[in-house]
Amino acid sequence: MSRDAWSGRDVLSILDFSRPDIELLFHKSNSFVDRPQLTKKSLSDKIVATAFFEPSTRTRLSFTAAALKLGADVLDLSPEVSSVLKGESLPDTIRMLDGYSDIIVMRHPSEGAALLASEVASVPIINGGDGSQHHPSQAMLDLFTVKRLKGEIDGLNYAVVGDIRYARAATSFLFGLAKFKPGAVHLVSPESLRPRSEVKDTLKRIGLRTEQHENLESVIADVDVIYLTRIQKERFPDQNEYEKVKGSYRISKSSLANAKKGSIILHALPRTNELAHEVDALPNAAYMKQARFGLPIRMALLDLVLGGAKR
Amino acid sequence: MREKKTMLVQKISDGTVIDHITAGKALSVLRLLGNPQNRGVTVALVANVGSSKMGKKDILKVGDIELTDEQVQKLALIAPLASVNIIRSYRVLKKKNAVPPKTVLGVLGCTGATCVSVREKDSVSSVFSLVSSSPLVYRCKYCGRDLTEQEISAQLG
Repeated sequence: MSRDAWSGRDVLSILDFSRPDIELLFHKSNSFVDRPQLTKKSLSDKIVATAFFEPSTRTRLSFTAAALKLGADVLDLSPEVSSVLKGESLPDTIRMLDGYSDIIVMRHPSEGAALLASEVASVPIINGGDGSQHHPSQAMLDLFTVKRLKGEIDGLNYAVVGDIRYARAATSFLFGLAKFKPGAVHLVSPESLRPRSEVKDTLKRIGLRTEQHENLESVIADVDVIYLTRIQKERFPDQNEYEKVKGSYRISKSSLANAKKGSIILHALPRTNELAHEVDALPNAAYMKQARFGLPIRMALLDLVLGGAKR
Repeated sequence: MREKKTMLVQKISDGTVIDHITAGKALSVLRLLGNPQNRGVTVALVANVGSSKMGKKDILKVGDIELTDEQVQKLALIAPLASVNIIRSYRVLKKKNAVPPKTVLGVLGCTGATCVSVREKDSVSSVFSLVSSSPLVYRCKYCGRDLTEQEISAQLG
């Protein structure tokens, strides 16, 4: 495994990375979790720009915290008080950040925004989520959580539950799973929230076999990892369609009665009513640990991409 | 007794014959050529004739014009099986098949309302790559959505 595989690279989609690349990232992340006292200010001469054109709590703050822990300075573009409000184009905004920073972490409501940014920027772009398409660092931290809590990613049975149509975290998690050798991968969702055709095509192309189900009950006894998603209200082209599926699935204590012993529940958060707060006290609840793993994964990402990166 | 085959339209001395046009698309092809009939150019249109290769097809004969490479490329998006014959003195001087290009820049628009090529259309050109020639399918570089033959035809027709 070599750092060179990461140095100076754009991180646009988990599809662009190999299993050894991801394992190197996990190795680096493990050292931040297990030996925090050895963390060096390896990025003390770097500036990390963050540009979030959509709301974010965990992704923006954990990237910021990661940069600060590694000694970098953080330059935050706030679209609501920048020239974006005056109608400045995305490429022009990115060109400015490109001139002021060493790496740009961005989130945008349009699919392909990070790819477009990478075409105009000379510094690496990290995609913190673009539309309903990709969220690579989320997928990396999700898989890292599975590895840390279950000891392995291969051979486990997975259920991805809920909005698999618009939730980029769910799609990216599936793309990431394809890098490993999972057991069964169940997709549990109402018909209108099943994967989009282009996602189905990609899953076929990358060789991830999935089984579609209407409800979790039929598979829950065999599943090691339940990946729950929020219904992405903001991405529905028609809010009437959202109203039809709102509340169509929910995990509570009672719905976990037949869950496999030792199974874990992941959720990229924020949650709405699909995940009852009473579940937090159960040993299956892994989503708060998952959110915390965002920090070491994003430290490792910045360190690997910027460490030795050439401009 | 065998039925004697007769020509529906007489031969042209100079111009272009576009054969194997997808049935029903001849008018779209004429629009692509800038409706030369409105400029006094001789045009013959044969629609829905039998074809051993396609079942049914349209044919266009257009006097005194030659298609540019760009027009041939766009023609391939409307009628992927079309062939273009340049006629001089009643003879076929050159024959070009309309081959769908591997990449199409700027010509097509993505159908994804949230695709960055749509939202930022003033600052970025659309880019589509060929997925399949028959049926014709192109994929948006930015959002990965596919454009079907019907959608492409509707955009260019």
